[in-house]
Amino acid sequence: MATAAAHQTDTAGEDTATGGYERAFDAAVAAEERVEPRDWMPDAYRATLVRQMAQHAHSEIIGMQPEANWITRAPSLRRKAILMAKVQDEAGHGLYLYSAAETLGTSRDELLDKLHSGRQKYSSIFNYPTLTWADVGAIGWLVDGAAITNQVPLCRCSYGPYARAMVRICKEESFHQRQGYELLLALSRGTPEQHAMAQDAVDRWWWPSLMMFGPPDDESAHSAQSMTWKIKRHSNDELRQRFVDICVPQAASLGLTLPDPELRWNEERQRHDFGPIDWAEFRAVLKGNGPCNEQRLSQRRRAHEDGAWVREAAAAYAAKRTGRAEGERA
Amino acid sequence: MTDTDWPLWEVFVRSRRGLAHTHAGSLHAPDAEFALRNARDLYTRRGEGVSIWVVPSAAVTASSPDEKDPFFEPSADKPYRHPTFYEIPDGVKHL
Amino acid sequence: MSATTATTAALALGDDALVLSHRLGEWAGHAPVLEEEVALANIALDLLGQARVLLSSAGDEDELAYLREERAFTNLQLVEQPNGDFAHTIARQLYFSTYQHLLYERLAAGEGEFAGLAAKAVKEVAYHRDHAEQWTLRLGDGTDVSHARMRAACEALWRFTGEMFEPVPGLDVDTDALRTAWRESVDTVLRRATLTLPEGPDSGGWAAGAGRQGLHTESFGRMLAEMQHLHRSHPGASW
Repeated sequence: MATAAAHQTDTAGEDTATGGYERAFDAAVAAEERVEPRDWMPDAYRATLVRQMAQHAHSEIIGMQPEANWITRAPSLRRKAILMAKVQDEAGHGLYLYSAAETLGTSRDELLDKLHSGRQKYSSIFNYPTLTWADVGAIGWLVDGAAITNQVPLCRCSYGPYARAMVRICKEESFHQRQGYELLLALSRGTPEQHAMAQDAVDRWWWPSLMMFGPPDDESAHSAQSMTWKIKRHSNDELRQRFVDICVPQAASLGLTLPDPELRWNEERQRHDFGPIDWAEFRAVLKGNGPCNEQRLSQRRRAHEDGAWVREAAAAYAAKRTGRAEGERA
Repeated sequence: MTDTDWPLWEVFVRSRRGLAHTHAGSLHAPDAEFALRNARDLYTRRGEGVSIWVVPSAAVTASSPDEKDPFFEPSADKPYRHPTFYEIPDGVKHL
Repeated sequence: MSATTATTAALALGDDALVLSHRLGEWAGHAPVLEEEVALANIALDLLGQARVLLSSAGDEDELAYLREERAFTNLQLVEQPNGDFAHTIARQLYFSTYQHLLYERLAAGEGEFAGLAAKAVKEVAYHRDHAEQWTLRLGDGTDVSHARMRAACEALWRFTGEMFEPVPGLDVDTDALRTAWRESVDTVLRRATLTLPEGPDSGGWAAGAGRQGLHTESFGRMLAEMQHLHRSHPGASW
């Protein structure tokens, strides 16, 4: 529970007892026990979780933008309703994740500050633009598909509040990927122009989606420790491979191709081989040089700044009423 | 004044009549009325609930993990509180 | 009631819901606080659901939404007004949802064409009205800045309110009684919010019946252009 009192871990006897606490913590995590907010935990575990949950929450709310870009232009009322509900879910998921992060003694304001000032990241995938309606479908199918591949194991994350938030999110997201796939299918089977629109979107989103799993295992800075702590359950490369294997037959059913000439079934490995990922692009986008980094962050900052007077008004109203109520009692 | 002044609330949802309210999560709101409305929008938008409680997070007093042993262990050595403690001859019904 | 008057009424109510839903959808990613993203989207989705039922009763929902010209839309000018700041959006919500709630209560109680739809929608709209009232109180009685903004918004949108009480063919309601109830309710909320009912004229000097006659404000054409362009670029396509 995210109470201010509840996140304070007792620090009494820190010097002498930490070793004992740490052994107990490691043993509990190894035994698949869940860690809860008030339990003792290593500082680095706490810091890793806050960073990861914050980044995840930021990704949800920045991720609203590329799709919201099409709400006003959705080509049928049915699609418009679906898209609005989906973007709304993303705001909701951001809320669940910020709450989960707050159980560790940080506040949403603090995390938003870090996002707005560029000190915390969000998923780089959202720094790519949505240029056509088909991009909404490609995001649902590929980006949400990759996210789900990443997120399903997080439902068993060692940190209880994060795992619980992920269970709720995964349940709600099951429609996100399907609507994207259905949207692309309608385009692929539609007019030649619609089909071309769908293929173009898949061509542009495929590689960035593979990058969502993060750098290759031998370059991944935090992976090993996160695996021991059971914050992470599978390596980046393992999840990426799983995703490729899932997508290949789905693309065939869509009647669309994946833009990788080296993509083929490897009988020996019983998995698909795929071509090299352009990690230079990944690093450039991560560093702020993607097509939309500046735009996404400035829209977010503007929404926050423009909304300040509204949040202040509601807080002032609540304070006045508390004051009045106390005045009446006195 | 900043929005830090929107305190955190804990949300409890009764998913259907006959069940207890269970903790669903938390959210920020300027006051109780908005906490209820935000909770309705956020935690029951797929028809998950028939009733909601909101409680200021600051009003919750939690047991501390250091008290875990004195709080919870004593009950572990009283197996006679559980029905499986008692042996009943085969064939005796409605017990 | 003849088929055509029923259609006229369905289009008027359906266009109100569609256009306001579209405007609220423009807030996505721009709301003042995350919780409000969720709330505004809920209202937009309710309205879009109502619009789809109403338009489908008058024809094909997508043809009606995407292929009519501006002059064929019969929504109120109030709902097409740009979002402005959050105060404008809330003032628009207060004026419209109070009207819609009172109207749907009356339709639900009657035996006309729209009783069934209104009975379902009235619960949704009651929530929209409550949301608008709660925010009106907080903005009106919040800070000096919010008070000034809310007052300005209520004043600016006031001249679009008279149109709500023009009779609509096919809607069997006493529009004078509706106006009285509406004024009373809005007046009460504004007073509690330390604001007052605007005193200026509640309709423009030029437009007789305005939106209900297919006469709109300039921004509406741009809104429709954005809404319709993709659908119109692919004639006959399915989505």
